[in-house]
Amino acid sequence: MSANGSGIGASVKRKEDTRFLTGRGRYTDDINLPGQLYGYILRSPVAHANIGGIDTSAAAAAPGVHAIFTGSDMEGVGGIPTGWLIHSKDGSPMVEPAHPALALGKVRYVGDCVAIVVAETREQAKEAANLVDVDYRDLPAVASIEAAEANGAAQVFDEAPGNVCYDWEVGDRAATDAAFENAAHVVSIDVVNNRLVPNAIEPRAAIANFDPATSEYTLYTTSQNPHLVRLLLGAFVLGLPEHKLRIVAPDVGGGFGSKIPHYAEEAILTWTAGRLGRPVKWTCERIDAFKSDTHGRDHISTAKLALDADGKFLGLHVTTKANLGAYLSTFATCVPTYLYGILFAGPYTTPAVYCEVKSFFTNTVPVDALRGAGRPEATYLLERLVDKAAHELGMDRVEIRRKNFVREFPYQTPVALQYDQGDYDATLDLALDASDWAGFEARRAESAARGKLRGIGISTFIEACGIAPSAVVGSLGARAGLYESGSVRVHPTGSVSVFTGTHSHGQGHETTFAQIVSDMLGVDFDAVDVVHGDSAKIPFGMGTYGSRSLAVGGTAIYLAVEKVIEKGRKIAAHLLEASVEDIEFENGSFTVAGTDRSKSLGEVALTAYVPHNYPEGLEPGLEETAFYDPLNFTFPAGTHVAEVEVDPETGEVEVVAVTGADDVGRIINPMIVDGQLHGGLAHGIGQALLEECLYQDDGQLQTGSYLDYTMPRAADLPSFSINHNTTLCTHNPLGVKGVGEVGSIGVPPAVINAVIDALRPLGVNDMAMPATSQRVWQAIQQAQG
Amino acid sequence: MNDFTYHAPTSLDEALAALRGGGDGAKLIAGGHSLLPVMKLNLAAPTDLVSLAGVPGLGDIADGGDSVTVSAMCSHAQVAGSAVVQARIPALAAMADGIGDAQVRNAGTIGGSVAHNDPAADYPAACVALGATIVTDRREVHADEFFQGMFATALADDEVVTAVRFPVPARAAYAKFANPASKYAVAGVMVADGAAGVRVAVTGASGDGVFRVAEMEAALGTSFSGDAVAGIAVSSDGMLSDTAAGADYRAHLVTVMAKRAVEACG
Repeated sequence: MSANGSGIGASVKRKEDTRFLTGRGRYTDDINLPGQLYGYILRSPVAHANIGGIDTSAAAAAPGVHAIFTGSDMEGVGGIPTGWLIHSKDGSPMVEPAHPALALGKVRYVGDCVAIVVAETREQAKEAANLVDVDYRDLPAVASIEAAEANGAAQVFDEAPGNVCYDWEVGDRAATDAAFENAAHVVSIDVVNNRLVPNAIEPRAAIANFDPATSEYTLYTTSQNPHLVRLLLGAFVLGLPEHKLRIVAPDVGGGFGSKIPHYAEEAILTWTAGRLGRPVKWTCERIDAFKSDTHGRDHISTAKLALDADGKFLGLHVTTKANLGAYLSTFATCVPTYLYGILFAGPYTTPAVYCEVKSFFTNTVPVDALRGAGRPEATYLLERLVDKAAHELGMDRVEIRRKNFVREFPYQTPVALQYDQGDYDATLDLALDASDWAGFEARRAESAARGKLRGIGISTFIEACGIAPSAVVGSLGARAGLYESGSVRVHPTGSVSVFTGTHSHGQGHETTFAQIVSDMLGVDFDAVDVVHGDSAKIPFGMGTYGSRSLAVGGTAIYLAVEKVIEKGRKIAAHLLEASVEDIEFENGSFTVAGTDRSKSLGEVALTAYVPHNYPEGLEPGLEETAFYDPLNFTFPAGTHVAEVEVDPETGEVEVVAVTGADDVGRIINPMIVDGQLHGGLAHGIGQALLEECLYQDDGQLQTGSYLDYTMPRAADLPSFSINHNTTLCTHNPLGVKGVGEVGSIGVPPAVINAVIDALRPLGVNDMAMPATSQRVWQAIQQAQG
Repeated sequence: MNDFTYHAPTSLDEALAALRGGGDGAKLIAGGHSLLPVMKLNLAAPTDLVSLAGVPGLGDIADGGDSVTVSAMCSHAQVAGSAVVQARIPALAAMADGIGDAQVRNAGTIGGSVAHNDPAADYPAACVALGATIVTDRREVHADEFFQGMFATALADDEVVTAVRFPVPARAAYAKFANPASKYAVAGVMVADGAAGVRVAVTGASGDGVFRVAEMEAALGTSFSGDAVAGIAVSSDGMLSDTAAGADYRAHLVTVMAKRAVEACG
């Protein structure tokens, strides 16, 4: 591969931005079908209640109303399935209650779908929904983990005693216990990982259609994985065969995990379109997005670290309680388990690690993946604990980390993962240098002169991306494979269409994948288009999440290109009257080795489609598909350093500097990679300082709009220092790892460690996320008695 | 949002007639940045909206020598950018420049803000601290009498704010601690030293809306310095409390913002 102006390694401007920036993107809500009706989803205003009855008569008589459907109308239609079966410590399967798309007899969270009102206009549907009279007979609600596990707590599901879904573990408990018995020091920590609302800029939307001529359903939906929606909606909910169900996820304005799940609204819309024989469109309002998009995080954990006298980690024991919300969303159950517990070796050689996770149903919005999904929770706990250990042992925060780094690869952790490659010292050194860690005390003094408390914090971390291989995840309970497909179609005149089963909703796939193909085939970047998001166009796909698209989807494309080149060599050999073994392919030309005799890719492609003079027995056409199932996860790693200034009078925390030193594997487009890092860092700083989803005890959402829920804004962020040290992934041909979640995984503990560092002189040794000004002020008050 | 009748009067008399004609269900609309959000949530459902956008003479800022008169339909951005306000009462320009965000400042108006009297709005603190006079279609009301608690004012149902007249102080400054999400004032303190003496007015903190802090005013009358107020605590009784700021924290912030406002007076 050779880097050229638009090839691998070039900061090509994003193809997709022209349409996005000129308002020509085509999002789900931009799609209108002839004869469409509008659906309004009536949601439960209470957290937990039996439904005594629903009177739709007044609403049905309202202007423009075509139909109103409630749970009883959809009774018999399959419930919304979940994608991962977790087994408890005792081998029993998790409790997996039914999730009716429209509530049946009972509502379980504020936002639960109760009815769909279908009318000529959006406004008519909404107005009529106000006239639906639902007899809610309130039940006591459990709106938090603490409430769910309390003695005598209300039950979200009768079949889940104590509201427990599962009680899972990973690691060797006996070995870990033994490590603690032999430890010189034991350091403990309690942490809460705050619940977050994902807040993609585009609210969810869907438009469903049924064509009686072909018996085909089409659903346009804001999804990160249209094929997964087709699988779940078709096979599990509506009982439709794949060839009669087309899912299109067109331009999608951000997902962050909240558009992974198959949602009840998708099933309701598709079913309703079939019932009415007309397209039905629904667009979520922001106020409803807060109470119906899956939330993220929400853990309570306690952990202890065993160390020897020199600060070497001997064992780690983690006990976590996770909130799953009212129903099991698509990947809800694996996020606090297989995306969490197996991360606890971190970049360290801790020989014994044990993690147990008990997950609870509560009367809150279902919880699912959110940027990082399990890995931010693990990294936050581990990096807070390591900092605390350094403090309690009187060790330097950097040295305790360095002392425990993994340096020999491949490295088998005690919690299942095997790291293929990495250089944690290199990213640490890079971060220390770029952040001027050594010069911090002078900056602290300068801040003090202005009445501010300055602190610096660090986090060294690994993440696990591109979850795989399918056989392994299947043995762990996944109900889907985690491979990816890629197809490459070289057109007769040499331009190229690339089809990927991943989905771009901000990641820039149309650019990155075109760079790979352009580079490999030696065709113009502008001659390569990437197609995604339509189950009628793409062979199959598992979508985009978990930073998998490049490592898994990009590799599938790479393999498909290799097949194209291989076939091209046969055609070129025939045209050049040479043997296939002698044909070399470089810069878009097939050349007989050692000669100047060559055929361009265009000539070969034209020959493939006009095969007048063609190899005997070879199929015409130049189009190849590859399915790639990785051998392993990829393991990006890095060091993040955050520097903060605290105003001791108000408790305000200002992030004054953030330095990232990251190893994300080979970089295809540095500008896109840095953009992903910037976004992830903003997300992580949001969790650390600003974002917190709060429920009242009765299950009402307290932070249900932007009046109370604080998203990070540009003014809340410093200019980021982004630095790279690259080691290549050893098990995919591009050597790529993944970058989309790095910031939200790595930076929260660095920020909180910095806040604690700033406040230590005042006697503050702990800080919860988000470190809001009020929380910091209260901690100062408390410390000063 | 329910249906309503939209009125676009081109004179104050027409506006008043429309307002009276609509009865209890009629509401004036200026910039709409307070009214429209509550209408969208069906928390307010007026039957008639009477727009002041087409009423002439409500968009001026006049320099009266010892006072500045800001007409009711002046946007926050207009006040912030006014050469007159910047020269005569820079604290007022700076306060207006810190309201909400650019979109809010371009649409929201001074008349709408004072008539609405949101307990977290900035203008009430400026009006009270500067000893402003609220001018209506029929009378003039001093700020001290105008603001009467959360969302309550001295305005009659059919009365229209036409301007606010601010005496020019010797010195003044506004310090605000904003809610991180909404950017409304959690504690906003305007300190002004003028013909009526030193006045300290607080917005955002109390459930009763804007209030003065007599103890701070007295202390500043003796010694106009940040230190003079730094040790004066206000009671948390009656303070607002939400997820971002509880009553104790708000009360504390009032003192800190008062100190910072005094120090900013120079």
